[in-house]
Amino acid sequence: MKKLFGPLAVLAAVLFAVAPFLIANAPYESTMLLIQKIFYFHVPSWIGMYCGLAVAAVASVWYLFKGSKAADRYAVSAAELIVVFGLNGLISGPLWARKAWGVWWQWDVKLTSALLLWLMFVAYLLVRKYGGPGSEKLAAAVAIFGAAVSPFVYVSVNIWRTMHPKTSVVPDIIKNPQGMAAPLLVSMAAFVVLFILLLNLRVALAERQDALDELYLALED
Amino acid sequence: MIRRFCVAVMSMLLLAAPLAAQPPQGQSEFVPVNGLPESEKLPAAPLLVVAYAVFLVLMIFYVWTVWRRLNKVEADMRALEQRTVKGGR
Amino acid sequence: MFVRTALLILRKDFAIEIKTLEIVMTTLFFAVACVLVFSFAFVREGQAPPDAAPAILWIAVAFSGTLALGRTFERERYAETLRALLLAPSPRPALYIGKLLGIVVLLALDELILVPLIAFLFGAPMFGRPLLLAAFLACGTVAFAAVGTLFAAMLMRSRTRDVLLPILLYPITVPVIICGVRGTAALLASPPDEPTATMWLAILFAMDVVFVTLALWTFEPLMSE
Repeated sequence: MKKLFGPLAVLAAVLFAVAPFLIANAPYESTMLLIQKIFYFHVPSWIGMYCGLAVAAVASVWYLFKGSKAADRYAVSAAELIVVFGLNGLISGPLWARKAWGVWWQWDVKLTSALLLWLMFVAYLLVRKYGGPGSEKLAAAVAIFGAAVSPFVYVSVNIWRTMHPKTSVVPDIIKNPQGMAAPLLVSMAAFVVLFILLLNLRVALAERQDALDELYLALED
Repeated sequence: MIRRFCVAVMSMLLLAAPLAAQPPQGQSEFVPVNGLPESEKLPAAPLLVVAYAVFLVLMIFYVWTVWRRLNKVEADMRALEQRTVKGGR
Repeated sequence: MFVRTALLILRKDFAIEIKTLEIVMTTLFFAVACVLVFSFAFVREGQAPPDAAPAILWIAVAFSGTLALGRTFERERYAETLRALLLAPSPRPALYIGKLLGIVVLLALDELILVPLIAFLFGAPMFGRPLLLAAFLACGTVAFAAVGTLFAAMLMRSRTRDVLLPILLYPITVPVIICGVRGTAALLASPPDEPTATMWLAILFAMDVVFVTLALWTFEPLMSE
């Protein structure tokens, strides 16, 4: 995995260098004009967060039922990335909303369910830090429950919101590309590569920490 | 004493800032930007720049925290190795 | 064996509790105090905002449920009985079900008092569709208790268990709260909106199934060292 560091970093750098030019040249969306360009980094942030969710959930199940320490390292790294990418999405979302909708927060279904998922993984990190001995397993359970409940969160918040109908604000960009597909795809690719890169970095740190712990334990014998 | 007083005053002023920045009434429907009164038109560029800047800051901050923790672990490892060497093995 | 173990644990908790009624009384009055605090916060000029009644009901259930979970497992921790139970040759998931039933019964007792109290304080027609309301409360309580029992049992050995339990529990049980409040609100509308209520109930029931299944599945590896 470590051998991929270099190529991944280069790839991420290239993609992130290219993306702003594509974004700047993308056509304006008709109603939101300039502010809609936040979309090109906002949506890929969520993609990064959901990648993290998949990794964290699978790794947590693996750790809980197979006892694999490596899986636990991937789980905690993915959880940190969920919090980081989620925070990016949660900040860029309201900044976009402030201009497009006039308010910072409107209990939009996607933002709300993403906020809840983000809170669950902040709780994951808090449990790992302050939970005391055996907190890795509890954190793994939190990750599993968090992943399992997210479809319910989306469904219930969606119905909860549409009781008071508001028009959906995210434009159907996928349906009417008009030259917006290229910057979006490049940004998505850039974020996915960045996610993989950061995951590997954080897992390397976790491996070093575990190695240090084992050295301490060996010393005590 | 003076320092604590200054810290208290500063934190109260900082808390007052979000209170002062209340947004106007939200709209319930999509209004195209041309249809809004002049006062409602926010400049989009600062928000856009802040959004991209936040992304950059977050990523740099995260990588910095990982790097800092990695350095600490490496330092602990070196100290541990020195201890085992000195302890006579 | 499974059912017998679960019922035995329920009987044990019941037998301990019936002597002093400590947890029952304290959580009940905590729930009533919650309702009072929310009443004073929300009622303006003698009028509560619409939909305040179901909201306050479910918030009181959530808060007193967290308290009940903490107190129940604190008792187990103090007497170190959970470790003894884990050493016994009984199926682990049965332990979980036994504790879950205990918490559900406790919260059901609380709700028996809370529902008439809220109907009284807010003039809400809580008894228009009593069976559906009972179904909502049952499903919602089971969902909340299913997650709560698992996490409370796990957190027993942790020093920061009191504050970590709400941090873990509330984000995960938000959909339970949404379904419970919206469904109860639909029942309280005049006339009661049964299709909407049944839709929310269906989602709540699905969550029950998922939560209990997941909890049974993960209880064993979580409780073993």
